[in-house]
Amino acid sequence: MSGTGIGASVRRKEDQRFITGMGHYTDDISRPGQGFAYFVRSPHAHATLKSIDTKAAAGMPGVLAVLTGVELAADKIGNLICGWMIHSKDGTPMKMAAHPALANGKVCHVGDPLAVVIAETLAQARDAAEKVKVDYGVLPAVAEPAAAQKPGAPQIHDIAPNNTIYQWHLGDPKAVDAAFKSAKHVTKLDIVNNRLVPNAIEPRAAIGEYDTGTGIFTLWNTSQNPHVARLVIAAFVGMAPEHKLRVIAPDVGGGFGSKIFIYPEEVVALWASKRVGRPVKWVCDRSEAFLADAHGRDHVTHAEMAFDGDGKILGLRAKTVANLGAYMSTFSSSVPTYLYATLLSGQYEIPQIYCEVDAVYTNTVPVDAYRGAGRPEATFVVERLIEVGARELHQDPAELRRKNFVQKFPHQTPVIMNYDAGDYNASLKKAMELADYKGFAKRKRESARHGKLRGIGLSTYIEACGIAPSQAVGSLGAGVGLWESAEVRVNPTGSVEVLTGCHAHGQGHETTFAQLVSERLGIPIDNVSIVHGDTDKVQFGMGTYGSRSGAVGMSAIVKALDKVEAKAKKVAAHLLEAAEGDIEFKDGKFSVAGTDKSAAWGDVTLNAYIAHKFSGQELEPGLKEGAFYDPTNFTFPAGCHICEVEIDTETGNTEIAAWTAVDDFGVIINPMIVEGQVHGGIAQGVGQALCEGAVYNKEGQLVTGSFMDYAMPRADYFPSLTVGTTMTKCPSNPLGIKGCGEAGAIAAPAAVINAITDAIGTEAIAMPATPAAVWAALQKSNKLPHAA
Amino acid sequence: MAADKLAAVSMTVNGKPVTAEVDPRTLLVQLLREQLRLTGTHVGCDTSQCGACVVHVNGQAIKSCTVLALQLEGADVLTIEGLAAADGPLHPMQEAFRENHGLQCGYCTPGMIMTAVDIVRRKGNELDDRTIREELEGNICRCTGYHNIVKAIAAGARAMRGSSAAVKAAE
Repeated sequence: MSGTGIGASVRRKEDQRFITGMGHYTDDISRPGQGFAYFVRSPHAHATLKSIDTKAAAGMPGVLAVLTGVELAADKIGNLICGWMIHSKDGTPMKMAAHPALANGKVCHVGDPLAVVIAETLAQARDAAEKVKVDYGVLPAVAEPAAAQKPGAPQIHDIAPNNTIYQWHLGDPKAVDAAFKSAKHVTKLDIVNNRLVPNAIEPRAAIGEYDTGTGIFTLWNTSQNPHVARLVIAAFVGMAPEHKLRVIAPDVGGGFGSKIFIYPEEVVALWASKRVGRPVKWVCDRSEAFLADAHGRDHVTHAEMAFDGDGKILGLRAKTVANLGAYMSTFSSSVPTYLYATLLSGQYEIPQIYCEVDAVYTNTVPVDAYRGAGRPEATFVVERLIEVGARELHQDPAELRRKNFVQKFPHQTPVIMNYDAGDYNASLKKAMELADYKGFAKRKRESARHGKLRGIGLSTYIEACGIAPSQAVGSLGAGVGLWESAEVRVNPTGSVEVLTGCHAHGQGHETTFAQLVSERLGIPIDNVSIVHGDTDKVQFGMGTYGSRSGAVGMSAIVKALDKVEAKAKKVAAHLLEAAEGDIEFKDGKFSVAGTDKSAAWGDVTLNAYIAHKFSGQELEPGLKEGAFYDPTNFTFPAGCHICEVEIDTETGNTEIAAWTAVDDFGVIINPMIVEGQVHGGIAQGVGQALCEGAVYNKEGQLVTGSFMDYAMPRADYFPSLTVGTTMTKCPSNPLGIKGCGEAGAIAAPAAVINAITDAIGTEAIAMPATPAAVWAALQKSNKLPHAA
Repeated sequence: MAADKLAAVSMTVNGKPVTAEVDPRTLLVQLLREQLRLTGTHVGCDTSQCGACVVHVNGQAIKSCTVLALQLEGADVLTIEGLAAADGPLHPMQEAFRENHGLQCGYCTPGMIMTAVDIVRRKGNELDDRTIREELEGNICRCTGYHNIVKAIAAGARAMRGSSAAVKAAE
């Protein structure tokens, strides 16, 4: 079975349907009699709704209903919520403003939905939406996080004076101040972590359907966590009791965080389906998605790192303003706090850390977790500080990192996290070898001969994944536990269905989870089906994000498999007429120790169900076991990425000449899939560093509102990527897995900017480092060839 | 605005003659997905940027979100569903995407594969890395970082040389 077990680069089982056009994404589903929803969205960033006249729209051909926030409130449909409570340093709870699924009385960002038209066809719904007359009382708006708290800034929600949601902190400010006082050198940086639009290529979609006979709602949606969607829509929105709401997330075309959250449109699709007595389908346009999907990042930070005379880090402090947009999205509060400040120790032994975070409302699309979620922001702070520190101290950046690496594990940081295992020297060393770090000077000279500037940048990142121990996150404010569930159903003929609470939207769970079952039970992966994404099939689960499906989801499967094996041994004992303690199970075969008696997997599974060899008093028939697994710690994937760039001084264009990634993800189930995850993460990180950026103007209009003006990274942005691994096993879960989904996006931005700044000789460049930005920075640096 | 006035259009889709009554503003991708239920062709944007909707019309790759169904009277349309015979082997480019892990969520994949086959038609069976990356200017993938897509296309291009499935698709 080694060909399909743990560690094999098995080709993916799910690919057959995707390469033949037979996938089932939400938009591929059509329900009998479905109507189509089209939303009327605010063109203003901030305005009162003086009146909404729906009469003309309601009279348009094919229109089934035109609904507004007034009807929504009349039907007592509750607000969307943020599920992670953060308290300010003065002890007051975060200021969560009301977020109705359709705005009522006021709109707070461009794209805020205020009415919906349901019609026989999408074209008719669009036509009618144009006839909805809205009288806006336009208000001044604020879009920049740094401007939100200034005196005189427009006030967005009454509940949050100065647009301040919370003023949170972590660490001991006095100890940090003392550390800085004793420092020989302090490196200071002002950092903008640019706002990003996740842009999974499948736009979000939802179909709501209400069955009047049973009172059951069904929601098909593009969700990374259908059970959490059901819980929130039942318990907080109040659409229906949980047992009367089924959520199905079929094939989902990428998520990257943006499909975790509970959004207005799916609530409205459900509600409207009951109102019109027909299924209601909504599919987001791409340009609409720019105004409707939660954005990512958007931090403004001042950070400082203190060094002693030997270059040892004494302390780090950071002050961040985090833009959460117009409303608090589902997990938004946790991203700039416990997913951010807790990682500010990086891979380093830093005795003292203090971080203050102000989260603010602005008249922009809500901001929430996007691939990495807080950890890319933390890594960018730490890895820029140490790189710039090395330059200021005239030390080799690799050497300064090595000098400060955590060497002994477990390692308790001053910011909550307890690193359990790692070998940061090993990944740095291997990456430097693969990148031919020593040969860089020669390559730089070669580039110079062609009039190009060459730079090299490191990023030795760490992340906290395997999210997360429920008690720990509960104590930090999470409204949910973050365990995972699994159920293993063995059929009489020996094939196996695994029901998991995780959800796959590109990660390949149908293959990797089957590999685990194949390894354990000795059956081919083709005899294993992975079932996910339907609340009627899987009882409960927490979904997929935070690189948790391997470390947490597969650990739950291991627990369930342990129980299956124990039960199967009992069946085998009866079948083989031996004592249970003498039954051994290996390579899909049960045998009696010390004898040649054995039974195949299929014989035992059949006997579990026909139950001829044991009485019901002795043993329950059947072979099906479930388990919940709650992790005991976060996992700590870490590694080293090295980016080498070549810059055209005349155009400012940055070409990535080489990329080397060496990651420690613990035990790897499928190296092919893990490498793919690394590639994709790097691309998103490079996108952030080089081209992506959501830009709002002063009036709160999103200037980068489509693929025409928001630059997505294309194939020709990248060289062939060199990806390697090192391995320290994760001690906290049964498989030793750390998780790999976010590493690239976390590591990459700092590596790129460290390389660019190395090349151009100035630190004064912000992301995205577009050709125009690099060219402008070059004009002020001394690295232009004529100046050299 | 004459949403009620339908017009007839006839074309060949995946080798089968098709006649449909459409609202004149119907895009080819809407005809394929909604009326013919060929949902393998995807819509990922509204500005002709992402390439998830690429199909072949008269042997050439086009973005099916950017052409009206009525413009294609008499045309020969090939979608991802028709690239390989239902009961036959996969097209070499499809096989290459699987073999090289050239897809993750699968949403951009049909457009990528249809584009890739067209690249081979225009550029031949020996494709270097740079050529493939430049030719993918009109296709966006958010999952793979393109690395394995580029590998898959190079391998698929080589495998298409003399392959019967590939010849059939090109006919």
